[in-house]
Amino acid sequence: MKKQPVRKFVFLLPATLIIAVFFLIPALLCVAYSFTDLALTGSNAKQLTFVGLSNYAKMFADTKVLRAARNTVVFTLGSIAGQSILGFSIAYLLREKRVWVRRVVGSIVMIGWVMPEVVAATCMNSFFADRGTLNAGLNLIGIKGISWLFTYPMLTVILANIWRGTAFSMMNYQAALDDVDTSILESAMLDGCGEISSIFRIILPVLKKTVATNSMLITLSTLGCFGMIWILTGGGPGGKTNTMTVLMYVNAFQNSQLGYGVAISMALLVIGVVFGLLYTRMLGEGEKNEAQD
Amino acid sequence: MKRRINRKIAYLLLTVIAILWVLPILWMVLASLDGNANIFIKIPDQITLDNFFRVVGDTSNQLAMLNSLVLSFGVAFCVMFASTLAGYVLSRYQSRTTRGYLYTILFMTTLPGTVLIVPVYKMFVMLKFYDRIGGIIIFLSATTLPYSIWMMKNFIDNIPIEIEEAAAVDGAGYWQALYHVVAPLVLPGICCVAIRAFSAAWGDFMTPYILLSSPSKAMASVTMYKYFDAFSVSYGNLAAFSILYSIPSVFLYILAQKFMSKGFAMSGANKG
Repeated sequence: MKKQPVRKFVFLLPATLIIAVFFLIPALLCVAYSFTDLALTGSNAKQLTFVGLSNYAKMFADTKVLRAARNTVVFTLGSIAGQSILGFSIAYLLREKRVWVRRVVGSIVMIGWVMPEVVAATCMNSFFADRGTLNAGLNLIGIKGISWLFTYPMLTVILANIWRGTAFSMMNYQAALDDVDTSILESAMLDGCGEISSIFRIILPVLKKTVATNSMLITLSTLGCFGMIWILTGGGPGGKTNTMTVLMYVNAFQNSQLGYGVAISMALLVIGVVFGLLYTRMLGEGEKNEAQD
Repeated sequence: MKRRINRKIAYLLLTVIAILWVLPILWMVLASLDGNANIFIKIPDQITLDNFFRVVGDTSNQLAMLNSLVLSFGVAFCVMFASTLAGYVLSRYQSRTTRGYLYTILFMTTLPGTVLIVPVYKMFVMLKFYDRIGGIIIFLSATTLPYSIWMMKNFIDNIPIEIEEAAAVDGAGYWQALYHVVAPLVLPGICCVAIRAFSAAWGDFMTPYILLSSPSKAMASVTMYKYFDAFSVSYGNLAAFSILYSIPSVFLYILAQKFMSKGFAMSGANKG
């Protein structure tokens, strides 16, 4: 089949073209635009001026940006912790359970993940509303309701994101747990190792890699999270849930400062690139190890 | 004895988790069947399908669903076509170039498309792609393609190469080998990739929210978001719309699971 070596690259052409024009070029433009005064309307919309590092200078001096950066870190770490711990726990608890239990619980957790983002946000909105389901439940057991979206907005959006995203970790940990050799666990059990300590001493060390890749993938998808926060709080109240993504949107499209919005997305892009490279390297090494085995 | 207690605790915890997860969805179901639905959860005094009839009867809702269908089919088709071709070459011809290509693709799967939206917006305004469904079909294809190519390559890796060698002996070129031999064998994989692309486009909110403006081109996600903006939210309609809008996503997910279990053991293929 080596008669026409050129032909095979024709097959790569459609994908490469689409990705180059609508993924790579925007990424490069992102870098370039961040040094300009690009605006949505007005004279700056037509004529671009090079402004050097002033967008970045403005960014590092902007208390809103620093606050948004902190919010993004809290939101991401909270989501990673919640989704990983819950995802692992559900996967672990579902092990060796009756088929219908696995199916019912698994599907219920999956629904939040499968449904469109706007629908998930709607469900979460009614759940955390002042007269919503959660407060009704708390009232039943004698606890006075809390104005979740107003008093603890960051905690609420994190919980909402956990509700939606845990299914992904659950799937990853279910697949990984299926590969754990049960004979090790059984012999540990015989040696008097309890269930909890076997999780921490045997299972988690074995699943080290899954924990790492899973957390990294959550980080990357959480960094770009917009709809859930935007619909639930719009970044408020008082900027308490303003993440970098929300700030980027507000600056670029509501305040018409595209150049500044781009500079903010650059910051996100850099974090994304760093984590992306780490992730790719880890997978690459994994493949090499497998080849050596 | 201790194991039995552990088992009971496990079932108890699972029940609590299941209840916590199902309550938000329960509100949606109950509210959609309630003529006087509100934000708080309650059992309808009288079960009615009026909310559904009202949502389905509304012309702007019909248009939004139709637009979303056009968008999602467009993205599914572009992604299916481009990723099958690319996945085939990347699977069958391994060289330094294709390996580099593959790692670049893998790296791109991790970048959130959200961060590109501002430069893409500017680019679309310049290219006159702004407010065009065709424009966002290509942009969403571009963000979905990297992972789809990666999946396709893995699917095709599972097809033994000997079959094509036999076809090549019979005089089949690359295109014929792919079209007549490999594609039919890898059809469940192609369906999976297409379904994934369809669902991603169907559920996407941010892209149409930013890149489309005319009401005649509104997508289901943005139309639904507008329910919140309304002066007084009609929770019954909102819930009914939510359910109708979720049905394709849930149905396609189940379908994709069926395809996956049909002889494809794919690890890590479940990234949303």
